[in-house]
Amino acid sequence: MPAMNMIQALNSAMDVMMTRDPNVLVFGEDVGYFGGVFRATEGLQKKHGLTRCFDAPIAEGGIVAAAIGMGAYGLRPVIEIQFADYIYPGYDQIVSEAARLRYRSAGDFTAPLTLRTPYGGGIFGGQTHSQSPEALFTHVAGIKTVVPSNPYDAKGLLIAAIEDDDPVIIFEPKRLYNGPFDGWHENPVSPWAKHPDSEVPEGHYTVPLGKAKVVREGNDLTVLAYGTMVHVAQAAAVHAGVDAEVIDLRTLIPIDIETVVASVKKTGRCVIVHEATRTSGFGAELSALVQEECFYHLEAPIARVTGWDTPYPHAFEWEYFPGPQRVADAMKRVMEG
Amino acid sequence: MSEASTSRAKPPKATAAELTGYYRDMLLIRRFEERAGQLYGMGLIGGFCHLYIGQEAVVIGMQAAMKEGDQVITGYRDHGHMLACGMDANGVMAELTGRAGGYSRGKGGSMHMFSREKNFFGGHGIVGAQVSLGTGIAFANKYRKNGAVCVAYFGDGAANQGQVYESFNMAALWKLPVVYIVENNQYAMGTAIQRSTSETHLYKRGVSFNIPGEEVDGMDVLAVREAGKKALARARKGEGPTLLEMKTYRYRGHSMSDPAKYRTREEVDAMRSHHDPIEHVKTLLIDLGHADEDALKEIDREVRAIVVASAEFAQQSPEPDPAELMTDILVEA
Repeated sequence: MPAMNMIQALNSAMDVMMTRDPNVLVFGEDVGYFGGVFRATEGLQKKHGLTRCFDAPIAEGGIVAAAIGMGAYGLRPVIEIQFADYIYPGYDQIVSEAARLRYRSAGDFTAPLTLRTPYGGGIFGGQTHSQSPEALFTHVAGIKTVVPSNPYDAKGLLIAAIEDDDPVIIFEPKRLYNGPFDGWHENPVSPWAKHPDSEVPEGHYTVPLGKAKVVREGNDLTVLAYGTMVHVAQAAAVHAGVDAEVIDLRTLIPIDIETVVASVKKTGRCVIVHEATRTSGFGAELSALVQEECFYHLEAPIARVTGWDTPYPHAFEWEYFPGPQRVADAMKRVMEG
Repeated sequence: MSEASTSRAKPPKATAAELTGYYRDMLLIRRFEERAGQLYGMGLIGGFCHLYIGQEAVVIGMQAAMKEGDQVITGYRDHGHMLACGMDANGVMAELTGRAGGYSRGKGGSMHMFSREKNFFGGHGIVGAQVSLGTGIAFANKYRKNGAVCVAYFGDGAANQGQVYESFNMAALWKLPVVYIVENNQYAMGTAIQRSTSETHLYKRGVSFNIPGEEVDGMDVLAVREAGKKALARARKGEGPTLLEMKTYRYRGHSMSDPAKYRTREEVDAMRSHHDPIEHVKTLLIDLGHADEDALKEIDREVRAIVVASAEFAQQSPEPDPAELMTDILVEA
């Protein structure tokens, strides 16, 4: 099995689906001729032709809307919003149209589009190239929200998303594109090739939407994480010397609540980690769910480790980023509680 | 409306059967809307309800120009478009009353109805959003090489939304089979076009995208049909989008809660008396000897019967099952 980085895995997913299904097409800003700002669509236009993979004007509202219309009439468009920070002009179409078409047509029409977008920090992108806006979408009934953390899952989840009959947004942690980043930012970058999850089948397979994965088993406490923070949480567990169970949620909506509850009931403690700002972040929802489902099993207050409630700072990247030291501190606090 | 007089002076040819059909179809919309207004007044329709009265010639003229398989998408003033597409009056009225027999089983309401069977892609309550969706549908037509054209309607108010122009650019760039119809009824809710729009000739809005535009007398069903035919043929030949500005007028308020104080009674009366699209066809039918008053009264009786039945159906149809609240959100296993 070839070792792929996350970009290659995503590219492979689109290639596999374009080969299998003539209704799958890929478009967005710079995705065709140029091959995508992060090269995720490289070679697709050459292989599948201009009508299957092409460049769109810089017009996110128009891009999302065109994809909804295509989907309503039987195509399966995969669109790239170049950075999650650029998604806001398309938000109206995502919320008011893509997410709601099925309900208001009583199932007659759907918008089976897949929206890929790189998100998150750790690359000194400043406030307009680093954001994690996933909670703006998990708050909206009618769309699925997916965040892969490794090449194997990225390919399997993207194929599952393309085959899914609902609109799916995939937030791709761009700091993980080329290697698993555990938050110790002064260490040399490690490539995916050294990580077991870089073994990616070349053909078709899926990782089901709505299923979390226990990536590190443990008995002391449960960490709920997704995207880059899956790797940070594992590094933090080592650093803190805590026998933490780390759950990679993989899909935020629909949430795999069974896996979460089973783990928290076992450990009795819970730390939630995300890179997005704290207030009304997805961690708030997770915290509410855990206390609703596991209240009598909890032995300490639930802890959240998140970005601060500030715009993403350029100069204070590592102060903002909830790195392994902050997560380890939270783990220790929760163990003392 | 300088071009109005021109097109009425030389009416395009239409057969007796065509004219009678347009008369009947426009009258159905008008009677349906009048009834919807009554049901609203009786408290049987809740929320928002935007009547199409006065604008009937636009959708009927366009429908006459369209072919089987062409799609329609529009904004929130959508009842007329649905009836023009051949959707069942019962299902539309029952959606207005929020009943299980409605097109969206009561979950959509006045502004949000669909019919895959009739190629009607909604009913959209977000102003202007449907223009961009229609552009995507047109893309799918081109991609699937099915020869169909998407007709995307919007109003003079929606013409000021930015995403409309994102889509104009894409449609012209990719030569998509789409006809953009701006139904310029001259008021975006309570704002007269002169108060909202720097260039009030909206057919010019496509110029910088190389989208040809044409001003059409939207109160004249035959003028609409002829302009529609040209635009649809152009789209079908692969030459891309056309923008048709239909100069039209709504007699009623923006919605049921609108007292329409932003215009004078005289202005409305003048439009009704001198430019009514249904009276126009009625006069043609009689002047050309295609029909007499009795025949037209018979059509009115037939249309009223459909509308009365739809109102009856809309009141008798059961409320949706409470379980419907939680269905059709995401695909169900």
